[in-house]
Amino acid sequence: MTGTFGRYGGQYVPEALMPALTELKGAYEQYVLENADGFMDEFHERMRSFGGRPTPLQRADALSERYDTDVYLKREDLVHGGAHKLTNALGQVLLAKYMGKERIIAETGAGQHGTATAMAAAHLDMPCEIYMGRTDTNRQRPNVFRMRLNDATVTPVDVGRCTLKEAISEAMRDWAQSVETTHYVIGSVVGPHPFPKLVREFQSVISDESRRQIRDRTGSLPTSVVACAGGGSNAMGSFTAFLSDDVSLHAVEAGGESLTVDADAGVAPNSATLQTGSEGVLHGARTRVLQDEHGQIMASHSVSAGLDYAGVGPELAHLVDAGRVSAHTVDDGTALAGVHRLSQTEGIIPALETAHAVGWLEEASESQLGEQIVLTVSGRGDKDLETVLEESTRRNIPETPDMDVFDPPADGGTDA
Amino acid sequence: MEAPMHNSAITAAFDSGPAFVPYLTAGDPTFEASLEYVEALERGGASVIELGLPFSEPIAEGKTIQNAISRSLAGGMTPVRFFEFIEQLDVTVPLVCMTYYNLIYQYGTHDGPRPFVERAATAGLDGIIVPDLPAEEAGPLHSACQSHGLDLITIVAPTTTTDRLERLVSLCSGYLYVQARLGVTGARSDVSEQTAASLDRLSDIDLPVAVGFGISSGEHARTVVESGADGVIVGSALVEIIGEGHREDESPESVAQRLEAKSREITTAITKLQQQP
Repeated sequence: MTGTFGRYGGQYVPEALMPALTELKGAYEQYVLENADGFMDEFHERMRSFGGRPTPLQRADALSERYDTDVYLKREDLVHGGAHKLTNALGQVLLAKYMGKERIIAETGAGQHGTATAMAAAHLDMPCEIYMGRTDTNRQRPNVFRMRLNDATVTPVDVGRCTLKEAISEAMRDWAQSVETTHYVIGSVVGPHPFPKLVREFQSVISDESRRQIRDRTGSLPTSVVACAGGGSNAMGSFTAFLSDDVSLHAVEAGGESLTVDADAGVAPNSATLQTGSEGVLHGARTRVLQDEHGQIMASHSVSAGLDYAGVGPELAHLVDAGRVSAHTVDDGTALAGVHRLSQTEGIIPALETAHAVGWLEEASESQLGEQIVLTVSGRGDKDLETVLEESTRRNIPETPDMDVFDPPADGGTDA
Repeated sequence: MEAPMHNSAITAAFDSGPAFVPYLTAGDPTFEASLEYVEALERGGASVIELGLPFSEPIAEGKTIQNAISRSLAGGMTPVRFFEFIEQLDVTVPLVCMTYYNLIYQYGTHDGPRPFVERAATAGLDGIIVPDLPAEEAGPLHSACQSHGLDLITIVAPTTTTDRLERLVSLCSGYLYVQARLGVTGARSDVSEQTAASLDRLSDIDLPVAVGFGISSGEHARTVVESGADGVIVGSALVEIIGEGHREDESPESVAQRLEAKSREITTAITKLQQQP
């Protein structure tokens, strides 16, 4: 088995795709690891001028006071497009160009990776097709429009529950047919080797920056780093540079509505793959997955579409098994409260994914938080506004702002 | 290219002329109807039958077989039921299980593919095909198949390089599955140029070569055999008959008759060919 992390990883894909993975592995080693033709220099320059890197590391004063510790925020929400996703998308689209590919495909769930890929493809003048489950195209219309504005084709997927895992399967099917001319920009540290390493390599710029920034600022390394984890690209990006340090690493998964599973319906009302999943093979890799007793993959759930996935990156699964990363869950309600807390006290409206990491601060023990903590704000929350309002009201989250500013005037309008 | 020596029932089924190898998803749309459908394939002249054990994420399948998989899963098919299905089938031709690796990996209480393969052997299966298991990951399944006398059938793609081809052939027994074109399963009406190219480079291996992906008619099958294939694999064109029947509420007897007729069309087309060398 090649490209493994302990028990996990590997290449479980149709034979037709194997030569493409071999080619991609070669390109990864040559361009990404060895900077051939100045590839990484161009990547960093484009991420600076087009993508807005490096992102700031900001002290969160209100949170620091609330938890009686120093809380720093790594502001990935300030990357172009509003999330850490662009870093991987731009890296892979640029790599595809260096490899001489003529077309880009990608899958997207909530639309963040799709919009990032569409932006990168427009920026680098590559034709781009995004697969997105029909359920997601309907509930994420603004993101569909953003992708269309960037001239990407958006292809709805009408299979199964019509969400992220179906979109990944469909993108893999396209790739099986178009592999000679097309690069598949996978959106997280998942999939067959070398994707988990390739995506981690691009995203690790997050922790390369934050490690340098916190040392410059405080003269020391943090006690802990916390990041939300779905597929795991934000978590791996936030952790990688700290792996050899004496820094505790916390991955926060979506606990959804409940950690119990409805096996008969094939539904896990959460996306807590690291904590409740078991070893299996999904989308090209052996990793931890949410599955029933027979090995059928279950539908996952989270209020945050970006965490809503039944698998997780094999390297992250391995780091959790090895005890290097601690996995935690935060449920929908705590995450929603986290959106409001960060918005009200720090002036940052976070993505629902990020809000899981924010919510965890409430639940973590004093020793888990330590003296200094770096939390990655993986994205901004504009995309989630409707969900946040609807779900917060439905659940009576106490921090929810009053929205009766929208009520019609009581007596038919007296603005005179 | 050296392939191991074989005396399998599957290889023997290719001895009497070009072989017709149909595929159906087991349990589509119900357990009972599906038993009848598989038996109809044998009456139609099948030499070997591939039976799909449905997986929730079938990344190598086109729409037609994805829909069959959904119908079968909705009808309650599981690995446990699949083996009961094999045991209840009243056919004599060799049977091959086609499924994805996670179901093989999860079966039984022990890690790894052995419990699945052991049960497959006792149920009466002769071979296994796993579309998401390339040579790199096939070691454990290959050794389990060898110890239980099952053929592991590997898939050769148009993109397969020469060094990979040798590795795939060395793992393979029964027949070599040649993917006729890039992409996913699904019926098409033309014959790919990739097919002829694939067959050319396989002319000297000592395993039967069966071509699949896209073969939809007798004429189509004949062209493939004329290009040098020892057999044709037909899936989506047959599965679509079941899909149509399901949509239009056709009786299982009528669907079975149409499956038999389609099988006969292909068998006749490739058998005639053998009589006119």
